[in-house]
Amino acid sequence: MLSRNPEEPIISVEGITARFGEETILADVSFQVRRGERFAILGGSGCGKTVLLKHLVGLYRPYTGTVRVMGTNMTEVEEADLIELRKKMGVLFQSGALLGSLTLYENVALPLQAYTDLSPAAIEEIVRMKLALVNLEGYQNHLPEELSGGMKKRAGLARAMALDPEILFFDEPSGGLDPVTAAEMDNLIKGINTGMGTTMVIVTHDLPSIFGVASRVIMLDKGVRGIIAEGDPSTLRETSQDPRVVHFFNRQMAGRDQEER
Amino acid sequence: MKSRTSIPALHKFEVSGSAGGETTLTISGRVSLETLGKFREDVDRFFPQPAPQGLRVDLSGLQYLDSAGALALLTLRRRVESRSIPFQFVNAGEEASRILTLLDRPTLQTPPLLSSRRSANLLEQAGEGSRALAGDFLAGMEFVGELIRGLAFSLVHPRSVRWEDVIFYMKRAGMDGLPIVSLISFLIGLVIAFMSSLQLKQFGAYLYVASLVAIAIVRELGPLMTGIIVAGRSGSAFGAEIGTMMVNEEVDALRTMGFDPVRFLAVPKVLAAMIVVPLLTLYADFFGILGGLLIGVMFLDLTVYSYVDWTLWSITLFDVVASLIKSMIFAALIAGIGCQRGFGVRGGAAAVGSATTSAVVAGIFLIIVVDSIFAVILHYVR
Repeated sequence: MLSRNPEEPIISVEGITARFGEETILADVSFQVRRGERFAILGGSGCGKTVLLKHLVGLYRPYTGTVRVMGTNMTEVEEADLIELRKKMGVLFQSGALLGSLTLYENVALPLQAYTDLSPAAIEEIVRMKLALVNLEGYQNHLPEELSGGMKKRAGLARAMALDPEILFFDEPSGGLDPVTAAEMDNLIKGINTGMGTTMVIVTHDLPSIFGVASRVIMLDKGVRGIIAEGDPSTLRETSQDPRVVHFFNRQMAGRDQEER
Repeated sequence: MKSRTSIPALHKFEVSGSAGGETTLTISGRVSLETLGKFREDVDRFFPQPAPQGLRVDLSGLQYLDSAGALALLTLRRRVESRSIPFQFVNAGEEASRILTLLDRPTLQTPPLLSSRRSANLLEQAGEGSRALAGDFLAGMEFVGELIRGLAFSLVHPRSVRWEDVIFYMKRAGMDGLPIVSLISFLIGLVIAFMSSLQLKQFGAYLYVASLVAIAIVRELGPLMTGIIVAGRSGSAFGAEIGTMMVNEEVDALRTMGFDPVRFLAVPKVLAAMIVVPLLTLYADFFGILGGLLIGVMFLDLTVYSYVDWTLWSITLFDVVASLIKSMIFAALIAGIGCQRGFGVRGGAAAVGSATTSAVVAGIFLIIVVDSIFAVILHYVR
């Protein structure tokens, strides 16, 4: 439950340019994420979705432009403040990124032990609750290698939620999952969003997930190195005239939509 | 609800109603992860009053609740209900009741599916250990068989060997290792010459320093030190490389493409090591003798000519050849054990780490064992 001013954007990106060496990945990208929404960043492979996500969580610093997360300017923030800020953000990486030598319990308890002074009993209760939230109750003594891909992702989500973050970032939450498991993951994201009001920022190119989860999307394109469309995914699919958007939502190869039909 | 500034830092408890009768507990303010310790303390303190007939928890004043706080509220309810006291949340706001509904599930109490891992007793551990040791030995033997088959196959079909890989690993294990091998053997030659001169001075037998250095370096220390350095540099690298490939399923991919992973990955490394380690050993011998020469010429009043003359007189071609053969066997052992440990990796990053460690430890162990065997055999052959 986030008792905050809902109008104030929780993330605001202003004119960022991402550059590696001579190569520009993103040029002058601006957008805002509102509190409590399920915001998706779409685009084909190699368009800079993951790079953008890493800028949002402060792993990369932009070449130019600013990223503000919860009012803090990520481009100028001190390392100590960044750590404080990161406690309010949870990130779920593509393959879960669980520490392989620790059990699920230890993985989820890690941030709680490091950043709170709760008693072991209280920590245990919270860890069990987080695991139950992602439908992994009973798995606290399992090692990550003993789990399937979908379970690893859910365990990663439990760890990302350990400190009750205000924003959760997802990198391809349904990537590599079967349709049923992917749908479960989507439901989980939606359930947590509506139940706890956590803002969700999702990087994905999976069409069913986009329509199932996202309330608002931006679409990136490799050619313009920036945003080509923004809005509600269903509306975009119905009304967009941009051939790149149409191809993406209709799962077509560029340039041959006519003859294939 | 209100904006950021008006959220209080802590919760507030207000109890109303008669003792022993219907009681209302009003919780207001903030119940969250940061204040959870205090909240649990306050709940404990609230408890020991005479048991009420019923408890209503009024949440109307609640301004901030996160999942940890909601869990604490649910725990409170469970504790009250376990004493058969009727319990009720009242006036919960929309967001609070959404979180409570999300968390309120019977599965919160599910016991672990696996019991805790650290429970084996001494006997069990010993049994596990010996089984692992036996399995390790069997896997090692199996790998030795496969490796010998692979090497024999490449002898018969030299074109099947990935020679560009062999050259790459020769450069890695040989050329890149040359500076450290040279430096260490040079210093060892220096130290042997210096230490032995202190003793031989008593007999005025300085010239024997040359023999001592030559024999010690060429017969034993050259091959041994080179082997140990190569085990540390390259045996570990081979283990880590193949181990990471195992984790990334690259080895499985090779297998599905019809390649034999041992022939594809291990044979080039073993061949490269077998070619390059004897050469490194020659360098080590040379630099070791050079170290001795430096001491001899600078401190013992020997001429370069007499030192070299005595050195050549002390060692035979047999010594040199035996040392090279020995180092070639060391190389096969180091590279082989490195690859074998790599192929044994199961799991993730930690397994790669232990495979690397065990590649170096086992490599050095095998070198020392084989060196002892060689010492005995050469004594009788000579």
